[in-house]
Amino acid sequence: MAGSVPGQFRFRYRCPRGSIPDPPPLRFPPPQRKVARKPAPRDHRRPVRRRPRLRAAGQWRRAAAGPGPRPFRPCHVTATRQAGRSPAMLSQIFILSSKGDRLIHKDFRGETCGTSTDLADTFYRRITSLPGDQAPVFMAHEGWHFVHVRHAGLYFVATTTPDASPFTLVEFLNRLVTLLRDFCGPLSEKNVSLNFALIYELLDEMLDYGYIQTTAPEVLRNFMHTEPVATKPFSLLDLGSIGLFGAETQQSRVAPSSAASRPVLPPRGEQGTRNEVFVDVVERLTVVIAANGTPMKVDVQGEIRLKCYLPSCVEMRIGLTEEFCVGKSELRAPFSAPPGYGTAVRVDECAFHSSVKLDEFESGRILKVTPSQGEYQLADDIPSPLPFRLFPTVDQDPTGRLRLYLKLRCDLPPKSQALNVRLQLPVPKGVSSLAQELSSPEQTAELQPSTKSIRWDIPRCQGGSQLSALFKLEVPGLSRASLLELGPANLAFELPAHTCSGLHIRFVRLPGPAGPPQRWVRYLTHSDSYVLRF
Amino acid sequence: MPYLGGEEALRELRRALANPHVQADRLRYRAAVLRVIRHMAQGADVSGLFPEMVKASAAADVVQKKLVSLYVRAQAPRQPQLALLAVNTLRKDCAHPSPAVRGLALRSMCGLRMPGIQEYLQQPLLSGLRDKASYVRRAAVLGCAKMLKLQGDCEVDGALVNELYSLLRDRDPIVVVNCLRALEEILKKEGGVVINKPIAHHLLNRMADLDQWGKSEVLTFLLRYRPRSEEELFDILNLLDGYLKSSSPSVVMAATKLFLVLAREYPHVQADVLVRVKGPLLSACTSESRELCFTALCHVRQILGSLPGHFSSHYKKFFCSYSEPHYIKCQKMEVLCELVNDENVQQVLEELKGYCTDVSVELAQGAIFAIGNIARTYTEQCVGLLTELLGLQQEHITSAVVQAFRDLVWLCPQCTDAVCRALPGCEDAIQDSEGKQALIWLLGAHGEKVPNAPYVLEDFVENVKSEMFPAVKMELLTALVRLFLSRPAECQDMLGRLLHYCIEEEMDMAVRDRGLFYYRLLQSGVEVVKRVLCSPKSDPSLGLLEDQTERPVNTWASEFNTLAPVYGRERWALITAHQPEPSYACSPCTDSRNRDTESLISEGNKEVLKVHPDTGSLTLIPDVYLTAEQFEKSWLSLDMSCHLSLPWCGTVHPDTIQTALHVVHIQTIAMSKAGVQPWKAYLSAQDDTGCLFLTELLLEAADPEMQVSVKQSEAKPEALRAFISVLRTVMGAAAGLGS
Repeated sequence: MAGSVPGQFRFRYRCPRGSIPDPPPLRFPPPQRKVARKPAPRDHRRPVRRRPRLRAAGQWRRAAAGPGPRPFRPCHVTATRQAGRSPAMLSQIFILSSKGDRLIHKDFRGETCGTSTDLADTFYRRITSLPGDQAPVFMAHEGWHFVHVRHAGLYFVATTTPDASPFTLVEFLNRLVTLLRDFCGPLSEKNVSLNFALIYELLDEMLDYGYIQTTAPEVLRNFMHTEPVATKPFSLLDLGSIGLFGAETQQSRVAPSSAASRPVLPPRGEQGTRNEVFVDVVERLTVVIAANGTPMKVDVQGEIRLKCYLPSCVEMRIGLTEEFCVGKSELRAPFSAPPGYGTAVRVDECAFHSSVKLDEFESGRILKVTPSQGEYQLADDIPSPLPFRLFPTVDQDPTGRLRLYLKLRCDLPPKSQALNVRLQLPVPKGVSSLAQELSSPEQTAELQPSTKSIRWDIPRCQGGSQLSALFKLEVPGLSRASLLELGPANLAFELPAHTCSGLHIRFVRLPGPAGPPQRWVRYLTHSDSYVLRF
Repeated sequence: MPYLGGEEALRELRRALANPHVQADRLRYRAAVLRVIRHMAQGADVSGLFPEMVKASAAADVVQKKLVSLYVRAQAPRQPQLALLAVNTLRKDCAHPSPAVRGLALRSMCGLRMPGIQEYLQQPLLSGLRDKASYVRRAAVLGCAKMLKLQGDCEVDGALVNELYSLLRDRDPIVVVNCLRALEEILKKEGGVVINKPIAHHLLNRMADLDQWGKSEVLTFLLRYRPRSEEELFDILNLLDGYLKSSSPSVVMAATKLFLVLAREYPHVQADVLVRVKGPLLSACTSESRELCFTALCHVRQILGSLPGHFSSHYKKFFCSYSEPHYIKCQKMEVLCELVNDENVQQVLEELKGYCTDVSVELAQGAIFAIGNIARTYTEQCVGLLTELLGLQQEHITSAVVQAFRDLVWLCPQCTDAVCRALPGCEDAIQDSEGKQALIWLLGAHGEKVPNAPYVLEDFVENVKSEMFPAVKMELLTALVRLFLSRPAECQDMLGRLLHYCIEEEMDMAVRDRGLFYYRLLQSGVEVVKRVLCSPKSDPSLGLLEDQTERPVNTWASEFNTLAPVYGRERWALITAHQPEPSYACSPCTDSRNRDTESLISEGNKEVLKVHPDTGSLTLIPDVYLTAEQFEKSWLSLDMSCHLSLPWCGTVHPDTIQTALHVVHIQTIAMSKAGVQPWKAYLSAQDDTGCLFLTELLLEAADPEMQVSVKQSEAKPEALRAFISVLRTVMGAAAGLGS
């Protein structure tokens, strides 16, 4: 196997302006791994006179031994089962399609044979008939607990015991999804069932007897022998990949996040010929704008994802925007403009994957990465203006109809544009009909009876432009109170080649004699939730 | 899904597998095996192909070996005789030069799950444990656990256990973690793997080599280690400090739990840790993965239970996003309710108000109840907001608002007038049972302040025949009798009609009995009725108990990072109810008890307080007045039934305790003043069978625990346990209030 399987990095940055304070001053002195040395400063208001007397591995002596032939066995104190009980253990894993078909089913421990019903079916029945007030992520059934995550319309389910750590379980399932995406390409029902042998093999290496062994792709790769089966790209005729809620899958298909994470999976044979690196900067905007136009909450979370198809693992250098500062630290460049202006990017928090070396980060904002699975998180604050403002006017015309005049202003720079803009505006429940006047013919608007809202679709919107729409609503029995039901508007959009934070990749450098690989850098911002109050 | 041909397909597959041409061609052979697996995965019975498949596993192709092992493991329980065929090949593979094949063979052999396999397993396992490839050792270690599980009740082999304990020193970190897991399973009966000092220190030193899963698991195992000295404890905490900042939430949470449990006697350390973990938790709350987000939110709620102000400055993080699923929005609203304070109340209410008009009925009602909860502290603003919502005339909104009002009036009597002004006009919009009950209760209890109350109730009486819900009829009866007491002239006629209907025509027995009950009660004269029905209409002290959610960290530290916070207290109690664990002692749920008392009192027809829904057997009778002399005499004559100590910190507030005890009908005989050292109190209570419970509370100076001694007049262990659990709850509540 010559090439390297796409390793994925995620560099996430998150959190809005100033909301997370600097981490509290260290009360514990920095961790010491081995044996130690000087007396520690006072911490925890407790005098710590000596450092850990922990010996290096191999030196510890045998415990107070049990009698006779069990030299290393410590005495058992019976019936002292304390807080920490059985370790995280997954009894079964199954992947179900949105229709409940069992795509993958692996039983690691054979413990559930005795139960009367099939757990996969039970799970599906439960999840589809769950009352609205209960969260479906964890469900209990006859002493077993289901944990599931949903991706691309598929359910990834594990059964476990109540002592297991929920964070570990969810994180593991998410990691499983990422790995499947890396190994078999974009997830779909079809893809999973085509690659079932590979997935069984993967699960077999990842888990033994229900215990997580490893999830590192570079380790797993050494033990994987089955080749992935590539699926054809999505076509409308291929109904198998449409989820339970057709619209939802459609949406996730066009959603920018998935576009950016699309694994560029070459068939094995071609791998030698491709020598590429993809860097995606993806940001998610969570914004609430008050009726008077002041931003109530602005939250940008970003990720830098790295995906590389390189014949060998070399260290790669990625340069970020120079004026990039973390937390409340001062800007590095002495001449740079105060925060909030200019090109500086301020970030509240960032986290890097353990494989990222940061020795040049302080001096040159350079990340050194050895390609492997990873993610790191940053946090962000946006100096640039928010991309959209909405100016609504509501009045009643003489015939008693509700007139709704919406003006949507796009504050992006003129060269940028927003795609797939969709405005969703709840209207009074009693509304019976809608008349509309839109500013251009490519836009559409309709009244959706199921959600009692107007949906206004704008395929593209150039920076600096202004769009308007006039809606006339027939509302029988209109009262002042029912105006409360108007709004807030929610906007969904994607901004290609634009980051709200202003974070840019300056360069991606790879050493090596072989000709420089293709390097691709993509930027993308999309709205996670962009709410405009009335 | 392809068509499952059954017999025909099976024969076809067998022919393909047995075909020598196919066997000669690696890829074709593999494809045939693959087809068998595919059939198996889809649920077809392919056990008939066992001999052919075993033969296929002898091929050199590793992929094929893997596929066959998958098949063999799945089919072995159905074909125990034939499975022995596979064992031979697998044993041969255990000596294969490639570690991958050795490991695979060992793993499949241990995974066969059929009786009698153990004797074949022992030798390969033991050599596997000493294999030079870590991949094989990993499989072998877990293989030991699998083998011993197959053996069932047999005596655990001491030599093997020792071998595993010594493998804890292995170079490979995954082998180390697997050893812990295997030992935990093997020694389950003896209480699991023992973490003594050398092992704990060894594990701590190896932490850095582990991956995130290993780290979080080892941190979980370390929970059962108790450091010998304070010094050691803090050394460990210092050593583990870095893991509180790990990029993996599972490691952070496992570390947090370990800190909370280890530092159980150092509240300031616990508080510190919870501050440090705020950042990682918040970033998990805004994670892209909904499931992770949900898990984190549940844990945020758990922390808020102990430290109400903890996340207040980050309240905006908990505003709902448009695209989030319901269960996340509901969790976020709950969190918002709990972190509201003077600074953010305006913004939080504004935000919640936006959710009240949501398309989803559940979400809208949830938001209204959330505002109702906040109203207990910020009454005026919230009542205004809720009244405004009534103007919408939406069925589900009005119903939820009226329910919120009912709960509110009970706890905050000062808002009664505002609520009564808002009520007229609601009756037209309410259709559901819960909403009707709430409205009728309000009209009955506070009818003198609502001018048109009798006319609204009259409408209900007119339509009682078509009323679907018996609960509404019962509520109507109670309300009308109450209103009759304050406005007799307007009510007498319709009360008569209602009683007539209930007694003569009603089919539901409970309603009929209730009707008869009121009829006879009325016969005994107005004075008696007044005495029975005119109970207090509000009880802020109950609110005091209910509002208090401040539980000490130690009560939930051991549940942190398990599924318990994820399900929430009530549902968790339900889920674990059928397990024979004596869980009553840890924390009977305060909430449900209060709800019980509330509804019982509000109906005003039962004087006996059912104290605890779970124990059920214990009902304490109010108004048992023991004099101090009687108490002393009984106290001295009885033997000690039970002695326990309750955690207690801070000072004592006798008034709070007395109020709290009174609510559950425990009488205070005598009590020291606040601040007296040592502090003492004597309590008595009697249940419905006449059994007396005498209690002494004793708090020594500077002792973190309150000593409780209980004496019982009759030996009833069941009742005693129930009583102690009640006492525990009440004292826990009072302790939280005081501090």
